[in-house]
Amino acid sequence: MQFEAVIGLEIHTQLATESKIFSGAATRYGAEPNSQACLVDLGYPGVLPVLNREAVLMAIRFGLATHCRIAERSVFARKNYFYPDLPKGYQISQYELPIVHGGYIDVICDDEIKRIGITRAHLEEDAGKSLHEDFQGMSGIDLNRAGTPLLEIVSEPDMRSAAEAGAYMRTIHTLVRYLGISDGNMQEGSYRCDANVSIRPRGATELGTRTELKNLNSFRFVEKAIEIEIDRQIDIVEGGGKVVQETRLYDADRGETRSMRGKEEAEDYRYFPDPDLLPVSIDSALVEELRAALPELPADKRERFMSEYGLSAYDADILTASRPLADYYEDCVGHTQATAKLAANWVIGDLTAALNRAGLEIGESRIGASELGTLLDRIESGAISGKIAKEVFEAVWSGEGGVDEIIERRGLKQISDSASLEALVDEVIAANPAQVQQYRDGKTQVLGFFVGQVMKASQGRANPRQVNEILRAKLGG
Amino acid sequence: MSLNTKDIDKLCELARLAILPDEIADVSAKLSDIVALVDQLQSADTDGVPPMAHPLDRSQRLRADVVTEADERELFQENAPLVERGLYLVPKVID
Repeated sequence: MQFEAVIGLEIHTQLATESKIFSGAATRYGAEPNSQACLVDLGYPGVLPVLNREAVLMAIRFGLATHCRIAERSVFARKNYFYPDLPKGYQISQYELPIVHGGYIDVICDDEIKRIGITRAHLEEDAGKSLHEDFQGMSGIDLNRAGTPLLEIVSEPDMRSAAEAGAYMRTIHTLVRYLGISDGNMQEGSYRCDANVSIRPRGATELGTRTELKNLNSFRFVEKAIEIEIDRQIDIVEGGGKVVQETRLYDADRGETRSMRGKEEAEDYRYFPDPDLLPVSIDSALVEELRAALPELPADKRERFMSEYGLSAYDADILTASRPLADYYEDCVGHTQATAKLAANWVIGDLTAALNRAGLEIGESRIGASELGTLLDRIESGAISGKIAKEVFEAVWSGEGGVDEIIERRGLKQISDSASLEALVDEVIAANPAQVQQYRDGKTQVLGFFVGQVMKASQGRANPRQVNEILRAKLGG
Repeated sequence: MSLNTKDIDKLCELARLAILPDEIADVSAKLSDIVALVDQLQSADTDGVPPMAHPLDRSQRLRADVVTEADERELFQENAPLVERGLYLVPKVID
C-alpha cells in the first residue's frame, strides 16, 4: 500500500523584546543564572503580570505578514502543570481566543509553491531551565528564561513530507527575522518546533493517529526526525499494528524517536482564563498602522530580485535569505555599473566565503557594499581581470586599503595596450619554437599553452581576450 | 454527575495533593456538590451571550518594553533552602 504523511508544526519563536512578557526583567541571553528573574518571574505570591506592548505588536506584525486575522479581543489563559522550572504551577498562554488566527504562508519546495495554512499564533511565556547534571542528585533551576515572550505558531496539517516541513520551518524562520520580531537563533533556543506526524493510505481523507515529536531545534533534525517517524509508523501499520497517540522524543545520536512515557497521563492542562489579566483589545487603527509599516517580505523581495535584477531563482533565494544580506546586495548594485549578476556572483561567492572563514555576519563585512561595487566596476571596465580582482578583494579584506589604492600600489592594472601585449607575445613565441611548429602543423590546441605562458609572463595582468587575438594573428602568420 | 474514586485519584495526581483513603468519600461528596452546581449553571440558556473572560468590563493596559527590574538574586535566594552557583536546587525531576 502507498502511504502519505500528514504533518503539522508548532513553532515556538522567542520574541526579541528587551524585557519579559509580563515583567520588567531583562531577557538577554547568557546572563548569570537567576540574575534576570524578578518576583513576577519567580511566581511570588501577590505579584501581578503586566503585558508587554511590544510583544503584542510583534504578534500582530506576524499575523499581518501571514494573511491572518487579528483578534479584536484576545484572552490569556492558564495552562496548569507542575514542573520545577515553572514556579507558578501554570504557564500563562492563550487558548480559546489567540491574538492571531486563520492565515497562510506560501512555501517553495522542489521548485513548487505550496500553501501552508496557519491555524493560529498565540502569545505565551517561556518556562525556566532545568539542569540535571553535577548537583549530587539534585536538579539546578535557572529562571532567567521564565517569562520570556514566545509566539507559538501552529500550522494546519498541510505538509506531506519531511522536506515540506523543513521548507515551511525555514520560510517562517526567514520571515520572523525579516519582521525583526525574533533573532531566530536556534543554538540559543530562540526558534524550536514540535511536529505532529501521522500517515494514511494515499488518497484517503481521514486522518491517521498522530504522534507528537518534541523539541526539534534544527532544520536538519526536523526533517530527519519526521522521516524516521514516518518510516516507523509505516512499519507498524504494514505489520498489522496500530499507531499509538503519544509524545515522542527524537534522539539524534541514535537516529530514532522514542516514547516519552508518563507524559500522556499528565497531559490535562485544565486551561481557564487568567483572572490576573484582562482581555486584550486591539483597535483597527493600530492594525492598519502596523500593516503600513511592514517591511518588504521575503517572498516579495525574492520576486523583485528576479524581475528587477534578472537573477535566477537560486541566486534570489540566497540573497533574500536575510534582510541584511539583501540590503548589502542592493547597496552594492546601486554603487556599480557592473551587471547585477556579477554583483550576485561576488556576494554569494567570494564575499560569503570570506565572511564564513572569518565567522562574521554580513553587517560586519570588512569590505563595504560600495567598495565591492568599485571592485566590480574595475572588472567591468577591463582594468583588472576577474582573477586579479580576487587578489584585490583579499587585500581590501585584510585592511590594506581601498580597491583603487591597492590596484595602483601593487601595479595590478590589466595590460590592455596592444604594443606591450605584442612584445610579450613575441617573447613567448621566440622562446618556444617547438610548440610554434606544432601549432602551424595544425595542432591548434597548443594555443592554450601560449596563452598561459603570456599570462604568466605578465603576472596575470594581460587582458586574456586580447592575448588570444594577438596570438592567433602572429602564430597563423 | 458524581465523582468516583478514580476521578479523585486523577485530580489528586494533577493537583499534586495526597488525600488519605478515609478522606476520599468526604472529598468526593463535596466535589460532587460543586460539580452539581456547575451542572445547574450549564442548564442556563446562554445562546447569543458572549463568553465572559473577566468580570471587569475593561481591557488590559499594556506596559512599555523597558527593563525596570534590577538583579536581586542574592536577596531572593535567601529564601531558598538550597542554592548552588546561582541555581535553585530542587529534588531531581526528569521526564
